[in-house]
Amino acid sequence: MLLRGKAWKFGNDVDTDAIIPARYLNTTDPQELAEHCMEDADPDFPQKVSKGDIIVAGKNFGCGSSREHAPIAIKAAGVSCVIARSFARIFYRNSINIGLPIMESPEGAAAIEEGHEVEVDAKEGKIKNLTTGETYTAAPFPDFMRQIISAGGLINYVAERVKKDG
Amino acid sequence: MGMTITEKILAAHAGLDKVEPGQLINAKLDVVLGNDITAPVAIKEFRRTGKEKVFDKEKVVLVPDHFTPNKDIKSAEQAKILRDFAREQELTNYFEVGRMGIEHCLLPEQGLVGPGDVVIGADSHTCTYGALGAFATGVGSTDMAAGMALGEAWFKVPESIKFIYHGKLQEWVAGKDLILYTIGKIGVDGARYQAMEFTGEAIESLSMDSRFTMANMAIEAGGKNGIIAPDRITEEYVKGRVKRPYKFYYSDSDARYSQIIDIDAALIEPQVAFPHLPENTRGISEAGLVLIDQVIIGSCTNGRLEDLRMAAGILKGKKVHPEIRLIIFPGTQQIYLDAMREGLFEIFVEAGAVVSTPTCGPCLGGHMGILAKGEKALATTNRNFVGRMGHPESEVYLSGPAVAAASAVKGRLAAPQEVI
Ligand code: SF4
Repeated sequence: MLLRGKAWKFGNDVDTDAIIPARYLNTTDPQELAEHCMEDADPDFPQKVSKGDIIVAGKNFGCGSSREHAPIAIKAAGVSCVIARSFARIFYRNSINIGLPIMESPEGAAAIEEGHEVEVDAKEGKIKNLTTGETYTAAPFPDFMRQIISAGGLINYVAERVKKDG
Repeated sequence: MGMTITEKILAAHAGLDKVEPGQLINAKLDVVLGNDITAPVAIKEFRRTGKEKVFDKEKVVLVPDHFTPNKDIKSAEQAKILRDFAREQELTNYFEVGRMGIEHCLLPEQGLVGPGDVVIGADSHTCTYGALGAFATGVGSTDMAAGMALGEAWFKVPESIKFIYHGKLQEWVAGKDLILYTIGKIGVDGARYQAMEFTGEAIESLSMDSRFTMANMAIEAGGKNGIIAPDRITEEYVKGRVKRPYKFYYSDSDARYSQIIDIDAALIEPQVAFPHLPENTRGISEAGLVLIDQVIIGSCTNGRLEDLRMAAGILKGKKVHPEIRLIIFPGTQQIYLDAMREGLFEIFVEAGAVVSTPTCGPCLGGHMGILAKGEKALATTNRNFVGRMGHPESEVYLSGPAVAAASAVKGRLAAPQEVI
C-alpha cells in the first residue's frame, strides 16, 4: 500500500485536545469531527488539508485522552498517514485498531519539512521524501499487529474470531 | 529473575506462569468501562463483532459522567445510547444521573475493582485503579468494543519503572504534589509505554484517596499503568466493599526494572504545573505573581473526601477573593453526601463558592465553568493542555486542593501557609 501526499509539520507532545478539542466530542460523526481536526494547534488546518496529505510530528504524538475521535478525525480529514518521532501509547493502539497508518520514524520526523511531497510504504516501513530524494525507515509492526491491520482493524479481526468460534 | 506486580497480574490473567516485558499476551478482563463520550463509539463497533450479548453483564460498566446532566441535545443523544444499551444488555453496573459519579471515583467506591484485577476502560485515567494493586489501563473505544465482546484484550507487557519516595511529607503536601513533582522530573513521556510502580515510606503512609490521585496521573507521564502494592490501608478500603474474590500481588525482590528513581519526598513542597503541560511544575514558593480568574476543586484526580476536607480546612471562616469564581465538584453522590453531612458545603457556600453535582464538567472544557479568551484557571484536575478548559487562548494551572483553596482566597497562586 503506497500512500502519497504533502507534509504538514507539527511539534512535540501534540495532545488529543489539540487534535480534536473536547468541545466537539458531543458527536461521533467522522465528517463533523474532521471539520475541527487539529484546530487548536492550527485553526486553518481543516481548510488547508487535502486528501492523502501526511502529518509529520515530533515526540509523543497523541498524548492525553483515550478518545478514538482523535485518529478518527485525522483519518476523516483525509490524512493518509502520520509520521512521528514517537507516539503516545493509547493513540498508537487506537490508530492500529481503526486502521489509520502510523509510522514511528525519528529520522523521517526530523528531516521532513512542511510542504515536502512524501511517499510511504506502510507495509515495508519505508518513507520516501520525493522533494529531497531522501529515504527513511520506520519501526516495523509486530506480527500480531500486522494481523489486525490486514484484517482491516480490530473489529474485523474480532468478528472473524467470533464467526470461527460460532 | 523475579517479576514485578504488574507482570504477575498480567501473567495470571493470561494463564501463564511467567511473562516478560515486550511479550504480547491476551489477558482476561475483570472490568470493561466506558463513558458517555467513548461508549457510543464502542457500542456501534460492538454491533459489528457479531456478538449479541456482552461477555458478562456484571463486568461491563457504563458511566455517563462527562457531559451529564446532559449539557445539550447532542450530549443527551449520546447519553441515551448508553442508557438504551444498558437496558438491552441488562447491565448491572450502569449509573444514572443521581446515582452517578465521576467514573474513577465511582468504581473503587462501589467496590467494582479489586486488588489483582485487570481492567480496561475507554478513558485514559482508568489507570487510577492501580492504587488498589490492580492492573488498569486506558484504551480506545474499539478496544472497549472488543473487550465487551470477548472479555479479553491484547497487551504488550510493559517494562516497569520503580519510584521510591523516601521520608515523611511536609504539611499540606499530598498525593497530587508527589505526582506533579514526579511528572516534572521525568516529563510527559518519561514513562511512555511503561508501568509506574510507586513505593517507599511516603507511599506506605499515604491515604487511599491520595494513592488514587497518584495512580490517576500516571498517564500524564505517558505511563501504561500506575500501581501501588496493596497493604493494610488497601485492605481496609476493599474489605466489605469488593464483593468478588481479590488477590494481593507483590513485586519480587529480584524483579527487573528499566529504571529505579529515588525521590526525597520530605523535600517536596506543594506543587503547581504551569500551562500547557503537566510537566511544567514548580514548587509554590517559586510560582511568582500569577493572577487567576477561576479555581476548580474536584475531578477524578482530586474530587474525593480528603480533598474536600483539605480545601474546607483552608476556606473555613474565609472569603473567596472578589475576582475569583470558585467551583467545587465532589466526585460521587456518596462523597457529596458525606461532605454535606460533615458540614463542608456550609463552609464552601459561606466562603462564596459554588458546589456542583458530580460531573466531569469543566475538567475537559465540557460545561459548568468554561473559560473565556485570556482567562486563567487554577484546577485540581490533571491536564492543562491548550484549550482544555475552554477558549484556546485560556490557561490552566494544576495543583492540589490546598494550594487551590488558598489561591481562591488570595486571587493569585498562593501557598496554604499564606492563608492559615
Ligand atoms: S474528571 Fe476530567 S480527567 Fe477525570 S474522567 Fe472526567 S474529564 Fe476525564
